[in-house]
Amino acid sequence: MSKEWPLWEIFIRGQHGLSHRHVGSLHAPDAEMAIKNARDVYTRRNEGVSIWVVEANNISASSPSEKGPLYEPSESKVYRHPTFFDIPDEVGHM
Amino acid sequence: MYAQMIKSEASKDDPEKLAEFQAKIDADIKVEPRDWMPEGYRKTLIRQIGQHAHSEIVGQLPEGNWITRAPTLERKMILLAKVQDEAGHGLYLYAAAETLGVSRDELTEMLLDGRMKYSSIFNYPTLNWADIGAVGWLVDGAAIMNQVPLQRTSYGPYSRAMIRICKEESFHQRQGYDIMMKMAQGTEAQKKMAQDALNRLWYPSLMMFGPSDAESVHSTQNMAWKIKMNTNDELRQKFVDQTVPQAEYLGLTIPDENLKWNEDKGGYDYSDPDWTEFFNVLKGNGPCNTDRLEARNKAWDDGAWVRDGLMAHAEKKRAAKTAAE
Repeated sequence: MSKEWPLWEIFIRGQHGLSHRHVGSLHAPDAEMAIKNARDVYTRRNEGVSIWVVEANNISASSPSEKGPLYEPSESKVYRHPTFFDIPDEVGHM
Repeated sequence: MYAQMIKSEASKDDPEKLAEFQAKIDADIKVEPRDWMPEGYRKTLIRQIGQHAHSEIVGQLPEGNWITRAPTLERKMILLAKVQDEAGHGLYLYAAAETLGVSRDELTEMLLDGRMKYSSIFNYPTLNWADIGAVGWLVDGAAIMNQVPLQRTSYGPYSRAMIRICKEESFHQRQGYDIMMKMAQGTEAQKKMAQDALNRLWYPSLMMFGPSDAESVHSTQNMAWKIKMNTNDELRQKFVDQTVPQAEYLGLTIPDENLKWNEDKGGYDYSDPDWTEFFNVLKGNGPCNTDRLEARNKAWDDGAWVRDGLMAHAEKKRAAKTAAE
């Protein structure tokens, strides 16, 4: 029996970080070993205080060829960006 | 650097797609794993990143050789931490290579049976403690010279791995130089060891940049694709210019009678390494090639039951968990 260890994606929340950030990946037989190895490889110099590991085949990603249709709505829908309202000076900071 | 003599591949892809790809490269847009890329680009990168990863792993052996014999506890701890860093660098790079559709075990097998190379430098032995200093100072120094521009390389995952790695490599270089300073300012015997280490490792370090531009047939395509950012000779010249004053500070002599400041070009003239030796080492006939590969093969073969055991245990646990749910 010889099987390749699965790939895990590693997310770390920094000391003062608000969210977990993807930092890299590694191979490990199970989640517990993945966390141990991530601790050794990715937090050796105080990079963070919380680790998430996710087996890579559990991640679905958007496709680069869909870039246009996927993100276009955020650009063309101006009414979602409330940056153009005129607030009278008398009202003060809002 | 750690990737030498990378053959680039001609592309037989659709010219329209190729032009689109080149335009993206020229606009400095990073290529990401799921983007279209020419087959030649993919293959060249697998070779280069894979070879770079292998070098980090094999590079643990010459330094690991001195862990049990480091002269003070502090130096021993520093060396251990450094060798751990190298393992981490190997890991980042294998992960970057895997985004190109090759698995780490496949790459490892290609290293073990000699189908893939690693840097020529690690085929030289570490014969005295000062070698550990010289490796940090010269070998890691040369690596940084090459890797700093690679932070801007066109393939995103490779560029990001380089950013992480460069930070740690610069610790290593400083640690190495610190060893050299202690040795060079120490007793006569220590100074002699430091000079001896420099004598033996100077030319192998220059070889790390690969053959001269005149002979480097693969450079053009790799530079056009921005896999490579500078030519071999450019980087070698920069390395010499940076290193000579560092050697002078140590009171050590670079083993090159032709080394001379050239006012016109604003750099040093220096002798090229012995290229016959370089090609011999790459072919597998250097001083330690056989030892290094034997050590890697032995670790892989002897460790097979541990890897399988961990996998079997993980599967058993997974099955038990599913059954309990």
